[in-house]
Amino acid sequence: MSLDIPTIAFYLIAIVLVGSALAVVLLRNIVHSALFLAVMFGAAAGAYVLLNAEFIAIVQVLIYAGAVTILVLFAIMLTRNAQSQSSNPFAKQWWLALIICVLLGFGLVYAVGNSAMAVASAFAPVHLATLGADSGTVTRLGQLLYSPFVYSYVLPFEIASVVLLVAIIGAIVIGRED
Amino acid sequence: MSDLAWFLVAAVVKSIIAIVALLTAFAYMTLIERRVIARFQRRVGPNRAGPFGVFQPLADAIKMAFKEHILPAKASSFVFLMAPAISVFVALTAFAVVPLGGPTPWGTSAIARAWAPYIADLNVGILYILSISSLAVYGIVLAGWSSGNHYSLLGALRSAAQMVSYEVSIGLALAGVLMFAGTLSMVGIVEAQVHQGIWFILAQPLGFFLYAIAAIAEVNRAPFDLPEAEQELVAGYLTEFSGLRWSLFQMAEYINMITASSVLATLFFGGWTLGALNGVLGAPFIWYFIKVAFFLFVFIWLRATLPRIRYDQLMRFGWQVLLPLSVVNALVTAAVVAFGLSWWVSGLFGLAVLVIAVGVYYLRARRRTAGQMELARLDFGTPNATVSVGVALPSSVRLVSLPAANGAVDSAAEKGEPVVVG
Repeated sequence: MSLDIPTIAFYLIAIVLVGSALAVVLLRNIVHSALFLAVMFGAAAGAYVLLNAEFIAIVQVLIYAGAVTILVLFAIMLTRNAQSQSSNPFAKQWWLALIICVLLGFGLVYAVGNSAMAVASAFAPVHLATLGADSGTVTRLGQLLYSPFVYSYVLPFEIASVVLLVAIIGAIVIGRED
Repeated sequence: MSDLAWFLVAAVVKSIIAIVALLTAFAYMTLIERRVIARFQRRVGPNRAGPFGVFQPLADAIKMAFKEHILPAKASSFVFLMAPAISVFVALTAFAVVPLGGPTPWGTSAIARAWAPYIADLNVGILYILSISSLAVYGIVLAGWSSGNHYSLLGALRSAAQMVSYEVSIGLALAGVLMFAGTLSMVGIVEAQVHQGIWFILAQPLGFFLYAIAAIAEVNRAPFDLPEAEQELVAGYLTEFSGLRWSLFQMAEYINMITASSVLATLFFGGWTLGALNGVLGAPFIWYFIKVAFFLFVFIWLRATLPRIRYDQLMRFGWQVLLPLSVVNALVTAAVVAFGLSWWVSGLFGLAVLVIAVGVYYLRARRRTAGQMELARLDFGTPNATVSVGVALPSSVRLVSLPAANGAVDSAAEKGEPVVVG
């Protein structure tokens, strides 16, 4: 295994990502957990950059780190006494959750490595050159999502936006005073 | 060395230059702002340290460095120490894709291109700036929360609500420019303006004003500086910070201003270009600096002119004025681009909407003034009260509910009859 710059970057990002994901679950103070959630989203964006998916990386930061986590922080600060030191306690069945997580993790790794549905074996080295120079650009992504002329994902996209609309209306109905 | 190694060396050196330049610009922006605001208020401003006060930033820096660093007893110490650093880090990072010149001012070889006057030309450049500056809210929210102080927390929550609300309008206001440019790269957008022979302010006047307003709100400058409203919140999220940590927040604010001005100059005013004069040596940087300096002056100008708006006005303006106008602008621009119409179609449309918006605002303001005058004329229970403008006004103009439309009030006012306020 050669240690070129992308490989080193990948391992750095992977360490930060797994470490901050663990910190989200393990830290006692829920505001610190929310902060590490933001770090985790940032590291995931770094992983996307390594895959040449710059647009996805930017959107990951913009939406998840920039908006979703801020809303989480907002909700925490408005609803509970966030200064208390153990605002993120363990439930009693933490060992059960641990077993399930380990099993799920092994299952996912096995499936990604051996499934017939996988495009290529995830454990084989992939050279960035084989992905094509413009594979991550906005133009290609836009054509794939919205193009009216070639096969595209317009219908799933529209259905997803209807789901969001339903969620917004639901929130208004729940939050309305009557 | 290989091209990649050259590229890395160039990126590191250019980053250091950019950081030093931004920090110097911040230091002198504080001086310029104080001097300019002093002129607006018919004062002189700081002029003791050196000629025209040029050593004032140095003196301020020394003062700040030697001030006591106070850590409040109730503060959450780690987050409290991190918050100013996060603010500055985010502000500096966002500047990375701002182009001060074209890709080939030093020649067209690979090494010369590596030293082009921007740190990176991402193909998602403008989205990068939006996403990084959307992280700026962390510094403020964490500062407010970790101070363990209710005023700080209130300031932080205001700031979070404000920045999240105005980000939506920012994205939509810029969408029009991106449709005309056909690219997200900052360098590409300037080249598209050169190629099409116009500045995008001509095609997108509405988008320009919407983005400018939302950007002022995004960097928490007056009149949108509610997070640090000193009359209500002491100093908001800044309350518990002192010394260098306080100046780090100031630094982040000014660097964000510079980045916002750079985006305005690049997207709407052709960035580093100015027609035939581009060939002159050093010209790209000069045009860029002139444009950015102008927008920075406008930031200061607005701060000196406009009073801070109320929280409900802020939210109403963001969601009921900026957002619908941004959507309309994006829709019309999309139609113009899709049907291949000329740029002046969307330009004229934008101007028309601007004129209508200003007219509606003017009419509403006149109606409010009429209501105020009417209230001043009314006798609030005191027998034989002297009726004069300014006596017994309600605390808020919103408390006035006019019984009839504008004309009725005017005619009643002419006849001198009191209008019953319900």
